[in-house]
Amino acid sequence: MSQPVLEARAVSKHFPAGRSTVRAVEDATLALQPGRIVALVGESGSGKTTLARLLARFYPPTSGEIRLHGETVKGKPRAYYSDVQLIFQDPFGSLNPLHRVRYNLERAVKLHHAVRSRAELDQKVTELLERVSLTPTEQYLDKFPHELSGGQRQRVVIARALAVEPKVLLGDEPISMLDVSIRLEMLNLLDRLRTEDGLALLYITHDIASARYLCDDIVVMYAGRMVEGGLKEDVIANPLHPYTQLLIDSSPDPERRDRPNLFDAEDLGEPPSLIDPPAGCRFHPRCPFAMNKCRTETPPRTELPEGRWTHCWLQENA
Amino acid sequence: MSVLTVEGLTVDYVSGERPVRACDDVTFELRQGEILGVAGESGSGKSTLITALTRLQRPPAVTTAGRIEFRGTDLVSLNADELRKLRWTSLAIVLQSAMDALNPVMRVGAQFVDVLRSHDKTLGNKDAWAKAADLLGMVGISADRVRSYPHELSGGMRQRASIALALACGPELVVMDEPTTAVDVVMQRQILAQVLRLRRELGFAVVFVTHDLSLLLELADRIAIMYGGRIVEIGTAESLYTKPRHPYTRGLRDSFPPLRSPLRKLTGIPGSPPDLRNPPPGCPFHPRCADRFDGCDEQRPELLTIEDHADHTVACRLYPSGDDQL
Amino acid sequence: MLKSWKVRIGLSILTFFVLLAVLGPVIGGDPRANDISSISQPPSAHHLFGTTQFGQDVLAQTVAGARGSMLVGILAAAIGTLIAILVGVPAGYFGGAVDNGLNFFTNLFLVMPVLPLILIVAGYVQGTGPFVIALIIGLFGWSGGARTLRAQSLSLSSRDFVLAMRMIGEPHRRLIFFEVLPHLTGWISAMFLHGMIGGVMAEAGLAFLGITDSGSISWGTMIQAAQQQSAVLRGLWWWFVPPGLCIALIGTAATLVNFGVDEISNPKLRQARRSVVVRARKVVEA
Repeated sequence: MSQPVLEARAVSKHFPAGRSTVRAVEDATLALQPGRIVALVGESGSGKTTLARLLARFYPPTSGEIRLHGETVKGKPRAYYSDVQLIFQDPFGSLNPLHRVRYNLERAVKLHHAVRSRAELDQKVTELLERVSLTPTEQYLDKFPHELSGGQRQRVVIARALAVEPKVLLGDEPISMLDVSIRLEMLNLLDRLRTEDGLALLYITHDIASARYLCDDIVVMYAGRMVEGGLKEDVIANPLHPYTQLLIDSSPDPERRDRPNLFDAEDLGEPPSLIDPPAGCRFHPRCPFAMNKCRTETPPRTELPEGRWTHCWLQENA
Repeated sequence: MSVLTVEGLTVDYVSGERPVRACDDVTFELRQGEILGVAGESGSGKSTLITALTRLQRPPAVTTAGRIEFRGTDLVSLNADELRKLRWTSLAIVLQSAMDALNPVMRVGAQFVDVLRSHDKTLGNKDAWAKAADLLGMVGISADRVRSYPHELSGGMRQRASIALALACGPELVVMDEPTTAVDVVMQRQILAQVLRLRRELGFAVVFVTHDLSLLLELADRIAIMYGGRIVEIGTAESLYTKPRHPYTRGLRDSFPPLRSPLRKLTGIPGSPPDLRNPPPGCPFHPRCADRFDGCDEQRPELLTIEDHADHTVACRLYPSGDDQL
Repeated sequence: MLKSWKVRIGLSILTFFVLLAVLGPVIGGDPRANDISSISQPPSAHHLFGTTQFGQDVLAQTVAGARGSMLVGILAAAIGTLIAILVGVPAGYFGGAVDNGLNFFTNLFLVMPVLPLILIVAGYVQGTGPFVIALIIGLFGWSGGARTLRAQSLSLSSRDFVLAMRMIGEPHRRLIFFEVLPHLTGWISAMFLHGMIGGVMAEAGLAFLGITDSGSISWGTMIQAAQQQSAVLRGLWWWFVPPGLCIALIGTAATLVNFGVDEISNPKLRQARRSVVVRARKVVEA
């Protein structure tokens, strides 16, 4: 494996909530390599968006460190953003409704490249639109966001991020608000960027099937903690952590078509509150295999062959 | 036997300069105890269909043509009073966000009591509270939660409570509008499991509307695919999955990457859904259709039954007069 | 916004008075000319609004008063709105220590007893012409607006599009002026309108209390003069009714515009337009 571009090392994030504390992310470790896509999969409240925002430096971690090119990041994030960009979930919210497509792209180009002439600027902007397949480009340049469909907006957002020529792209559920029939085109675009530009990509999603389609590695989060990670086919075909198992079994899968599976799914419980999370493994109250140890001690990271790892006492003891 | 027969239902929005047709000549029937899935993307008319079906529509939406026959009465012609008698007892609705259905300043149990007692005047207060606890128990919410306020319940519990509320007066038909879109996959599975069990025990029929076709393929008995305000294909979940006839249905099915079978490059459907203010002539799907041929941009295909498949109808010129050419 | 009839009527009234103020010197007569042949006369063909105790034409005075009152109103609004923007927007945008400081400052002005302070300051400053009065009103009247703008900027500055532009390296100055501020124009123009009307009212009140320079002509000074000459007791209603009515009309206009702005910022207050409901009914009946 090559040297990671961006790393989170044992980062935690606690938010104050009145007198109590929300433990949104605890001890998360993640590495992004050039040309590789890591999918971060979890339900709402699993901490996946908080982790993305930590990596985007919207707020500092409570503990742990974020490393870019092997160096701990600190100080003002301006320089950081020429290497790391985040794509938001909502393409309607991430473009200012008052600015045309042209304005967004031109600003990004001007801020990161010494363009000398109008022609050079126009050329750069056109290239960006072509890279996200918004062609013919003249058709889109002078449009306002409200004149574009959700998919087109998300492409503009990606083009704007690409203007910076980043090394890392963080996608926070970038397709979940798009129409089903155009989601795959967006995933294919992200895949192309990884291949062509060697971008390191973090794909955050709740949809494990789309994660499998796009990514190389899968990391599963539950209630603010990472529970399992590894090559995607290994994790999906042979989930080691009981939560990963539950998540895969719960995902819609037309190939399954066995209704009995649905009937016994009634009492699966709910994720815990992050204000006062369960001691030990945070999944233990719902885990069919929970042992005494699981209730008291947090399972450590168990390293397995082929880059596979999990936080589960079942594997640690095995 | 059918619970609900919809024929030629057409809904226009009349606020702009010219009417916008959100539902166009929608025809289908719902059999007793059946789960009919309705799948569609934004602008397909599925939400408009829901409000028209349940007669919850408000101006500028107007039903301009068609009938909705529910147990022998045409819902379109009923007045507000007659509709009120039908609601809850025969026809109930579950919305996407339980917060829209539950009153935030009333205890959950009290809302059940309200509904129960307004439809059964002989029911005493104490009995009504006991029944409310039973109903919540039915969806796996413990009896002590009767006294909770909606905000004290988790999102999944609230959605389950609103399903229990919809079932409070034993309706024959429950219309569900994206009931699991706001909850996570694990909770989604729990809720669907409950709906399936309750359907088996109580025998109500369901119209289940969602954008998530992969979910319907597992859950529904039959599925209607909507596009551009029309139903383009109806069939059993099995036949729609294994042999979708309409190019849109095929594209939509292939827009969901598989969870287990080998991966191949998928492309989704190029282009974007039609703008209903300015609908394409002929078949609404023709601008995005890879199989279009001469005339698709002029002739509007009718929903026709496919030969030898009484349960499968499709509106596409690839299948003239019901020939099954694939 | 212009679709609402309330806003349209309110804005028409305001436009009328602004025009009156601008064109005043052209259409009205000399407000200071004393016609000794007609003193305290009721409205007549010669003096449409009648005359004052001093034989001055009330119409000419009302027209000239519009100029005085509107000048104070617009100046006061401009000063107040500017301070509100300079304090409120950075407070909301930057948050943290900047916000704490500016917010403390705003709250200080918010709880100050404005009228007594204005009286003291006006009494202290010699020669209270329209500019000084406008300055005083503006300086004491920005805090409410600053609070509103702070709240709006606070929510805007955490919107995705601002974060996204910050991520591509846009400096704070541009983020404030090109991303945040344009979204506040509705609030700012409503605030300006409000400030203007408040300024007119405040000027009238101060003039009535005798704070302003009695040499200048405004609606306030007119009413004050009428009051001093016991116009009410003597039944000289034409002296004080026109300026009073003008002030009341401006207040009405403000209320109407405000209703309209409320409906826009809070869609729950919006009614389905009548025409739509009628049309829907027609389609159903057809």
